[in-house]
Order: sequence, then C-alpha cells, then structure tokens
Amino acid sequence: MAEQILMKGNEAIAEAAIRAGCRFFAGYPITPQNEIPEYMAKRLFEVGGTFIQAESEVSAINMVYGAAGAGTRAMTSSSSPGISLKQEGISYMAGAELPALVVNMVRAGPGLGGIQPAQGDYFQATKGGGHGDYRLLVFVPASVQETIDLAGQAFELAERYRNPVMILGDAVLGQMMEPVVLPEPADLAKIPQKTWATTGTGGTRRPNVINSLYLDAELCEKHNYKLQEKYRQMAEREVRYEEIGLDDAEIVLTAYGTSARVAISAMKRARSEGIKVGMIRPITAWPFPYEPFRKTSERVKAFLDIEMSAGQMIEDVRLAVQDRAPIFFFNRMGGMVPTPKAVLEEIRRIDHSVKGDKLGGRLGV
Amino acid sequence: MTDLECVFAGFGGQGVMMMGQLLTYAAGMVEGKKVSYMPSYGPEMRGGTANCTVVIAAESVGSPVVTDPDAAVVMNQPSLEKFEPTVREGGVLIVNSSLIGLKAKRNDIRVVYVPANEIAVELGNDRVANMVALGALVEATEVVKLDSIVESLKKALPPHRHNLIPLNKTALDRGAEIVRRHAKEQVKD
Repeated sequence: MAEQILMKGNEAIAEAAIRAGCRFFAGYPITPQNEIPEYMAKRLFEVGGTFIQAESEVSAINMVYGAAGAGTRAMTSSSSPGISLKQEGISYMAGAELPALVVNMVRAGPGLGGIQPAQGDYFQATKGGGHGDYRLLVFVPASVQETIDLAGQAFELAERYRNPVMILGDAVLGQMMEPVVLPEPADLAKIPQKTWATTGTGGTRRPNVINSLYLDAELCEKHNYKLQEKYRQMAEREVRYEEIGLDDAEIVLTAYGTSARVAISAMKRARSEGIKVGMIRPITAWPFPYEPFRKTSERVKAFLDIEMSAGQMIEDVRLAVQDRAPIFFFNRMGGMVPTPKAVLEEIRRIDHSVKGDKLGGRLGV
Repeated sequence: MTDLECVFAGFGGQGVMMMGQLLTYAAGMVEGKKVSYMPSYGPEMRGGTANCTVVIAAESVGSPVVTDPDAAVVMNQPSLEKFEPTVREGGVLIVNSSLIGLKAKRNDIRVVYVPANEIAVELGNDRVANMVALGALVEATEVVKLDSIVESLKKALPPHRHNLIPLNKTALDRGAEIVRRHAKEQVKD
C-alpha cells in the first residue's frame, strides 16, 4: 500500500488535482480555502503548470474557461461569496460544455457572512447558481481521503460529460488534517484527446469553436435538448451515496459533509443506547440519491435531516420520501456546527415520539 | 483503547497547533489509529487565543469538531476560562501554571497544574513549554506512547533541527513526571 501521510483538506485537494493532471489554476484569495491557491502556487510551478492569482473571482473563472477551452485540465477554488461571483462564468462553461473543477469550501452567508463552516450553498450548487438550464455534477465529501478520491475522479467525469464538476466542501473539510493515501500521478499521455479543444488547426482541420451564444432560437433549443440529455445520463449513472446501518434502522439520519461526520458520532451514541439508527449519506448532491430514500421510506419510522443551513437538502429528501414517513430537521447556521450531543438529544426525542406513534399520535414536520 | 477528544488552547505563538499536530501524527501515523485534527483558523492566529482539537478513535472518527472534550490543555488564562467548563465529567485538564495564576473551579475532573514555562526555562529554551504540557497530557490520558511523540518529532522537524530532539524529549518527560507525581499524591490523600 502507498504511504500514509497527514494532510490538511485544502492542501490534499490541491495535490489530488495535480496528480489527476490539473495544470492550470486561477483564483482569488478568500478564507477558509486560501491553502488551495497557496499550495497550487508552489506545486503547479514544479510540474510545469500555470498558477495565476487573478484580479478578481470573475476574472479567475473566465481564465479557467479559456484554459479548459484549450484542452488543459483546469481548476479554480473559492469560498461562498467568491463562488457567487463565479456563477456567470460557471453558466457560460456549462453552456459552452467545458470541463473543469470548481471547489467551494463553504463559509457562512448570506453576503460576506462569516469565515466559519456552513452548508448554505447547497441550493446554489445543485439547483443552478447561474442563469439558464444547466447542472453541475456536485460532490459532497465528508473526509480528507474522500475529498482526494473525488478530486481525482472530478476531471475524468468533467471531460467525459464536457461539464464543470463542483466539489462542495465546507470550512471544516478544508481546515482539518487527517491521515490519507495519495494516488499515483496520472499519466498525462493517457488522458483522452480533446478533439473539440481550440488548440490550433495547423491547417489540417476546420477550426473548433467554443461558444455558448446561439442567436437562432431553434438552434439554441436544440443545444438545450442536447444538454438535457447529457444531464439525464449523468443523473442515471453518477449518483453516489453511502448507506450505514440501514438493515434494522427505525430512524434514518441523513446529512452530507461535516454534518454527516457529526451525525455519525450521534448515531454511534444512539446505537449504544439501543436506539436503531441508520444513515444515508449523499456523496453526490447532484444528482441526488433519491432511490435509497424512496426504498427505505416504506419501512422506517422517521427520517432526521441534519444541515448547517436553514434547510436546503431537505427539499430533495422530501421529494424522495414524500409522505411515506415523517421527516424531522435539525440545524445550525451562521458558522455554528451541530454537536453530536444535540443531535443525539433530537434522536432520543424522535425515538420517544415514534414509540408514542403506535398509540395513535401523528408525526411530521 | 477508548476514543479520546482533546483540546489544546493558548496564545498564538505558544505552540498550541504544534501540540495538536504532534499528537495527531503520533496517534495516526506512528500508532495507526484513526485521527482528525481541526485548528481554529480565524484572526486569532495572529495573536489572541488559538485552539485546535484532536479526535483519536480505534475504529472511525465521527465529528472532527469537539464541544465537550475528554481532555484539555490550557496554556493561558483566557483558555482556562473558555475550556474548563467544557471538559467532560471525569476528564483531564492540564493547566499551565506558569502563566495562569487562577485555580480551576471544577472538582469532577482531574486537574494537573504544570509550570510549563518555568520548566522550559530551566531546560534552557522557553519554546519547549508546549512539549512539557504535551508530555503531561499524554501521561494523564495514556492515549499514545510518549515514544510515539518523539518519533513524530523526527518527522515534524526538518533534519537540521534534529539536534533539538533530545531537548524536546526531556521536556516531554518532565511534563509526564509531574503527572505521575500528581497521581501518587492523589493516592496518599
């Protein structure tokens, strides 16, 4: 087995991207993700890549548009307010079908918010933060190792679908250190040729055009149908999630990222008290794993959704569960992280009322 | 081994993050346990009270954010005031008595006073005060072997600083010794 090393989330994601063949990074500083550009500034130079600290986030995302258009594995990163600024460029890239990795280490909002961890950008990431009918493949890792693994796959999937991929982390994921194993660097020669890239014709072929403008409405509609077919395929093939202890579960927790880590702690404590708790942890926020919710909702007594937001993912949970089981919600906001203790108390309360339900009580939010 | 959640806190510059990282390295990399390290990363890094948390587990680490730790090391008074009330009942509190004149108020936790800066000065280098405190924590919790911390220092320090390892080892031992002496006194009482 490859050597284990201790790495901070932000540095790990940068190293994983480089090993996956990323050779272009443009960004603009913002806490809590500054270690990503810092690491890229040093490391990209060593592998013959290009690092640019742009004059703004808008500029950075458009530089990534350009680099991706030229066929380079390109990436940018930021945190919430900076990601808002990049939305125009992300929509353009989706429209122009350009692959790239966009990392959002989410902090508190709205506005400048705060620098502590939050999950208030779920809607923005999964429901289209920019204009138009487009989707991003959105990964929501919960550990430093998972972040590395997903960053590695992000470029391949971005290229397969010619679409930007987002890693939606949060400040905890970016700042914490955990032992990890890094993958071997990708063989750049084996990356599939991008026949669509604007690399110069050399007088041997017709020029490639990268563009998101279609003035002819019929052509624009055709383009939209093509994009929608692509998103349908992504939704069919790329759903990822983890199921924990669902076999005998009566109460199913659901959470992603840092909230999922807190939920796992609470689940362990609840299980030691004899409460039958399981968990569904989405690894892709888009496409959302509706199916495991749909399946379990037939037989479990309740769901508990835990988020560091006012309740965003819960809308997808509701779509999946509908009225087959009650869905409870526990949250913190503004940079506060829920404690395992508070989640455990919520589980106990639900357990209590679920048992009361047998006597004819009615549950639900 | 039982799982351990631990907080280190003090002024920026007291080597608080280093304590956490060394414990993380020792537990995760040297002893092969599951571990997460989470620093505070706000403006407090430029002064004020900084802290980090380390969670060590046999199987898997849940929340890397800790609100009621099993153990805390407080290197300055604001940290004592902030973290003493959070330590779990039956937990451990290591107090740097060189810089903290106050006594802890809790009597449901084990409090060990360690004059970390005085011992460090005695050893000839004020900067190893954090190692004295870390030695005390490791001895009190037995979460890793003290040797694993020394092993981690070899990785954490660049080769041209390896001459400092014996000094750091002595500092760790002195901290551990205070905890052992404290344990004996408790038995006498």
